[in-house]
Amino acid sequence: MTTQISRRTTPRINVWDLLARFREVGIIVFILLLGAVVTLRAPSFLTVNNFRDILMNISILAIVALGQTIVILTKGIDLSVSSMIGLVAMMVGFVMRQYPETPIFLIVLLGMALGTIAGSFNSIIITFGKVPPIIATLGTLSVYRGLVFFYSGGTWVNSFELPQSIKMLSKGRLFGVPNLILIALFISIIVYLFLKFTRTGRNIYAVGSNVEAAEYAGIRPQRIIFLVYLISGLLSGIGAVLWVSRFESAQTNTALGFELQTVTAAVIGGVSISGGVGTVTGVVLGAILLGIIQNALTLVRISPFWQLAAQGLLILIAVVLDKVIYTRVARN
Amino acid sequence: MTVETINKNQQENIISDRQARKSFFSIFLKWEWLLFVLILLVIFINTRLSPFFLNAINLSRTSSDFMEIGLMMLPMVLIIVTGNIDLSVASNMGMSASLMGLMHNMGINIWLAALAGLTLGTLGGVLNGYLVAYVKLPSLVVTLGTFAFFRGIAFGFLGDQAARNYPSQFTFIGQGRVFDTLIPFSVVLFIALALIFGLVLHRTIIGRQLYAIGNNEPAAKYSGVPVEKIKFILFIVSGFISALAGLVLAARFGSTRPDNGTGLELAVITAAVLGGLDINGGKGSMYGATLALVLIGLLRFGMGLLNIQSQVQSMVIGLLLIVSILVPHIGQQIRFLKQVKFRWQSILMTVGLLVVFTAFFIFFFWSRAPIIAQF
Amino acid sequence: MTKSILKLKDISKSFSGVEVLHRVSFDLQPGEVHALLGENGAGKSTLVKVITGYHQPDHGDIYLDDALVQFVDTRDSRQAGIAAIYQELSLFPDLDVAENIFVGRHPQSFGLKVDWRKLYDEAHELLDSLGVTIDLKQKARHLSIAQQQIVEIARAFSINARILIMDEPTSSLTLSEVAELFALVNNLRENGTAIIFISHRLEELFEIADRVTVLRDGNYIATTKSKETSRDDLLRKMVGRTISSQYPKTEAPLGEVVLQVDQLTSEGLFTDISFEVKSGEILGMAGLVGAGRTNVAESIFGIRPATSGKILINGLEVSINSPQQAIGLGLAYVPEDRQQHGLIPAMQITPNISLPKLDDFAKYTWILNKKEKKFAYSAALQMEVRARSIWQLAKELSGGNQQKVVLAKWLSTHPRILILDEPTRGIDVGTKAAVHKLMSDLAADGLAILMISSELPEVIGMSDRIIVMREGFITGHFMRSEATQENVINAATKDVRIENLS
Repeated sequence: MTTQISRRTTPRINVWDLLARFREVGIIVFILLLGAVVTLRAPSFLTVNNFRDILMNISILAIVALGQTIVILTKGIDLSVSSMIGLVAMMVGFVMRQYPETPIFLIVLLGMALGTIAGSFNSIIITFGKVPPIIATLGTLSVYRGLVFFYSGGTWVNSFELPQSIKMLSKGRLFGVPNLILIALFISIIVYLFLKFTRTGRNIYAVGSNVEAAEYAGIRPQRIIFLVYLISGLLSGIGAVLWVSRFESAQTNTALGFELQTVTAAVIGGVSISGGVGTVTGVVLGAILLGIIQNALTLVRISPFWQLAAQGLLILIAVVLDKVIYTRVARN
Repeated sequence: MTVETINKNQQENIISDRQARKSFFSIFLKWEWLLFVLILLVIFINTRLSPFFLNAINLSRTSSDFMEIGLMMLPMVLIIVTGNIDLSVASNMGMSASLMGLMHNMGINIWLAALAGLTLGTLGGVLNGYLVAYVKLPSLVVTLGTFAFFRGIAFGFLGDQAARNYPSQFTFIGQGRVFDTLIPFSVVLFIALALIFGLVLHRTIIGRQLYAIGNNEPAAKYSGVPVEKIKFILFIVSGFISALAGLVLAARFGSTRPDNGTGLELAVITAAVLGGLDINGGKGSMYGATLALVLIGLLRFGMGLLNIQSQVQSMVIGLLLIVSILVPHIGQQIRFLKQVKFRWQSILMTVGLLVVFTAFFIFFFWSRAPIIAQF
Repeated sequence: MTKSILKLKDISKSFSGVEVLHRVSFDLQPGEVHALLGENGAGKSTLVKVITGYHQPDHGDIYLDDALVQFVDTRDSRQAGIAAIYQELSLFPDLDVAENIFVGRHPQSFGLKVDWRKLYDEAHELLDSLGVTIDLKQKARHLSIAQQQIVEIARAFSINARILIMDEPTSSLTLSEVAELFALVNNLRENGTAIIFISHRLEELFEIADRVTVLRDGNYIATTKSKETSRDDLLRKMVGRTISSQYPKTEAPLGEVVLQVDQLTSEGLFTDISFEVKSGEILGMAGLVGAGRTNVAESIFGIRPATSGKILINGLEVSINSPQQAIGLGLAYVPEDRQQHGLIPAMQITPNISLPKLDDFAKYTWILNKKEKKFAYSAALQMEVRARSIWQLAKELSGGNQQKVVLAKWLSTHPRILILDEPTRGIDVGTKAAVHKLMSDLAADGLAILMISSELPEVIGMSDRIIVMREGFITGHFMRSEATQENVINAATKDVRIENLS
């Protein structure tokens, strides 16, 4: 047996294998190629300021997409993130307008708490109610958005009504780097450590990879699934506070349609919709790639109206390439 | 085997060719009946609340409001039965209608433009179908991509412009009524197509094969079902019907903007799932989906008459969607809860969650009170 | 009598009103291999799941070292030192080998952080002690079935189990791998581990088990020392009646060559496969799991068309690119994996039977329900499917009856060539005999049958001719008269195996 098995597993390393194993490499290569092409057409692409802009633009996306990723790892999906952001943003906005003196850390905590509660509602429906995640969160997508309208009576919180403290949360700088980027980086690192170095994190992968086997192995899948929607809500809550801070307003249509962007970032970043596969680095790179594309299209003066089409095309290319690479690997 | 053995078996009666007997009431426990009862309930309550509800002109106008959703729902039901999904329908309708609008603005004959729109929509379906059926990508991912791609093309065509002034022969599709009755043309179109789709799903070989694919795709393939071909065709049909819905919408509005129909894909899926379709495939009927569409239409119409904001209306529909999936499982859950042994952990958790949700709602109303009071 | 390590008393368990276990008692002593025997549906798997705490018994007690215990879930049983290797492999395809071994109990440092270095070191040590080498960073999805089994075993070993449950561990192993596994089991037994061993292969039980407990229809039948019993005795206890001659193969007159395969090749799967099957003939295809036999069958049936080579039916060259074409040409394929490929468990018996030939029950494309029902009914009767009604869901049937539905479905297409892939895997003894009888009858009626089987007695007992495959090549060809277990194994294994066996 020994001889036979060791013979079968002689590693055969080739380009396709590498690309499949290190999905991130593929995205980086793509980013570099794209960057080179854009720089030729528009040299202003390769400036510190421009990169700061790009990162500012995708910071919130990256944070929420990480929550989405954790959910997708368990074969689920959370379509309600955009409405959770909208709801939490509105509630936080109302509190800030009414009590402008509230210390900023309390506001952040409030956002986290509200997001977690919204997320826990998803968790309950999905784990105890046995409603398929896509349906449950499709439902709460409308429910939370409806609550935004009900809550605000259709009104907005405008920039002049918000205190300086919340605005500085994202715009303040540390060593010349905007806080928003640092916060996103910090959260990415936390999520990375969580997924890679805690048992719970590893159990998330296990549940997404094979639920029954996870149960045999003594993991309680329902708990894990409960947890992931909670985390998605938590990160959406943080995203909501940052959203208010960055755009200096809370509107009834805050983050409308954002849910599909988060799924897009995750999918481009190599997260498999069928669960169990995906890394934090990949997703962050996926979000950055999305940001760069948007930025590059503006710089090379492609009509803003065509930008959405280009984004869509990019998703299609990314998933098709991914498939081609995997088929190649499987054939080898 | 010989005739003799068959006779012997019949004597032993090892298998019957009859359906298991169901009690009289269990027939009414079918989801479709529940929807029917709900519809009656909504009609009853609404007639009590608003005198305008049972007004024929109002009903006629509001029914045509839901025909785009209805049209797109037809192929969506078939797609969901196979365990797939098409998120791109609303974007596709925007794209096709925008091309038609663009051509109309350029002075091209409206019917030629409409034909071009239909062709483009169908091509969009071909793209989806090819990627799903032959490249074998998950439909959720593919149509998420084309969701953005098609909508982007719509914006590319029209930008911030709109197409207007369609000739009345064309707007008839969306606004006209049949033979001087109150019945809108689009409703007739929907009913005709719904009949065709329903019969295909429930009475034909292809319909049976759709269920087979939805329940177990590999086994269907091994049994000679042309899985790839069927999926490919389904998405093409979905593309074509989406484009058709785009024309109906443009005709009804009398104008086209590139963001026409944004978000309708979720309304379409909601109707289908509320109608009893299993999102994982293999279960559900066209009757159910159609009844759900009627229910949603009446609910929204009724709430509209009461001046309830459309987003809050969506909230009600969203809740209904969740409850509709929860209710059939309730028996299971109660049985499950009975099995669970008494544990402090679960009690604590339940109490904790209750406290948290109560706190949330107290905060919810407390924080909005001062501002809302100003109005 | 020594003290027992595990004792079950009067265990009963029902699922939705159907009693699966009825007052079953069982005891296990340290350092023994105790086999659990019974037909499919006898309740073995449920009993195992009760022992591991996956299910809770409705009635009855479990004693561990003579102390009453209650397992709420699998964690409890594991803490008590019970490990199980389940029938359905329970690996995580997206995790690597090392992590698969330790899932749910990753070694931690500071009680918080997963210690990856320690994890890989321990996994390495464990596999070393089992005498196997597998790339620890390989994802489980890329492992062969035998390798997956080894990872499962490693996982069970890693928790230092006092009680190890093996549910059909050999069903997909090759002979030499079985020998290796038994060496491991013997090793464990000497160290005092108690082992519950479930297998359908009676020969194995005599080789490895100390005692055998037989279950039938959820009832406890008997426990005997394996030395004091015989094959026939066990069979009788399992089935509750005497089984007559096991292989009812009759010689049928051979006709024309119906299916001819010429130098069929599919890159990376199989090479230069040539054979022919005559009408009235059963051609057996022997070999080890992973030898490429199923791939050949699937390419003939058009599921994964071969890259080169010819297929001739009735002497005419045909190209088959899809199962539809294959069915049109009179081929039928009963696949190896019943649940995944054979039938649609969530659908009723009737639509399952009519699926491949819906055209026959439809006018234009309109399905004629009455005609379909009549047909499905007669097909089910003919195959003696045991079910309440032909409108019962396929998933509610036992394995044997499901296989009958699959057979009914394919025979309803009136094939000229029937490919059977492991036709009797995982079905009970009674149905097995019925399937063998059916094969013999069908051949006598002039069908050409290609049968893939990993069970040597079956291949030798049922085939007119046997071809043997190894790693994608045909390595042996025997007539019925000259085939023996030895020379077939020889051809199936050639170089590597023989040394291991001796």
